[in-house]
Amino acid sequence: MFLAAAAALLATMALGLTRAFAGPTVYDRVLAVNSIGTKTVLLIAVLGFLMERPDFLDISLLYALLNFIGTIAVLRFIRQRRGPVGN
Amino acid sequence: MLLVFVLATGIAAVWLRNLLASAMLLGIYSLLMAALWVVLDAVDVAFTEAAVGAGLTTALMLFAIWLTGRQEKPPVRKPWFPLAGALITGGLLIFGTIDMPKFGDPQAPAQVHVAPYYLENAEAQTGVPNVVTSVLASYRGFDTLGEVTVVFTAGMGVVVLLGGLRRRRRTDET
Repeated sequence: MFLAAAAALLATMALGLTRAFAGPTVYDRVLAVNSIGTKTVLLIAVLGFLMERPDFLDISLLYALLNFIGTIAVLRFIRQRRGPVGN
Repeated sequence: MLLVFVLATGIAAVWLRNLLASAMLLGIYSLLMAALWVVLDAVDVAFTEAAVGAGLTTALMLFAIWLTGRQEKPPVRKPWFPLAGALITGGLLIFGTIDMPKFGDPQAPAQVHVAPYYLENAEAQTGVPNVVTSVLASYRGFDTLGEVTVVFTAGMGVVVLLGGLRRRRRTDET
């Protein structure tokens, strides 16, 4: 059961990666990064139960926090991206 | 499977000309590496990778792009010579690993020297449930303290250098 879930998560990560590679706009890539981060969190949680070590849940919680902060940082940057060069 | 993802992400990050996308791909790379570390049961290495690689480095790269520009210039000439150098170095490194014992081999020197001692006594002596963490934070505490000192010194050096630069610019203007 958990094995199937892990396989499905890996497949979803592959889909997200293709979007991150191909994604024409920046927003596609931001979304891809965010969803891959979420998939990483879920994957670690599922692996924790798969290897019968539920204390992996704490780690996945920390990753969820980091992922959230990272996405906010990227979006803030995009909002005020007029740098000294002007791009 | 995760390794394949890591490899593909790294190649794509170098391939893309849009630097913003490359920075984000490097963030994904760090997340995948962190997941890999967790799978290998090195939990605090994974913490560091996720915090520094996915969080801090991405922010630093975004700031650098903000200062410079978003598009990479196309290369002037084909980088065959550096490519050959990198391939030869990588090949030599892989050649060096052939002599190493197999992963998880119980007869490997790394497994028979101090590892059993750590495995038997780590929890009783340090009170840390994860053996990797106990080795890093307790048995090699002085080593980690030295690393922290080095990082702190480097950070102070950067602050002093940049602060001096800014002050000189201000005095130039007046």
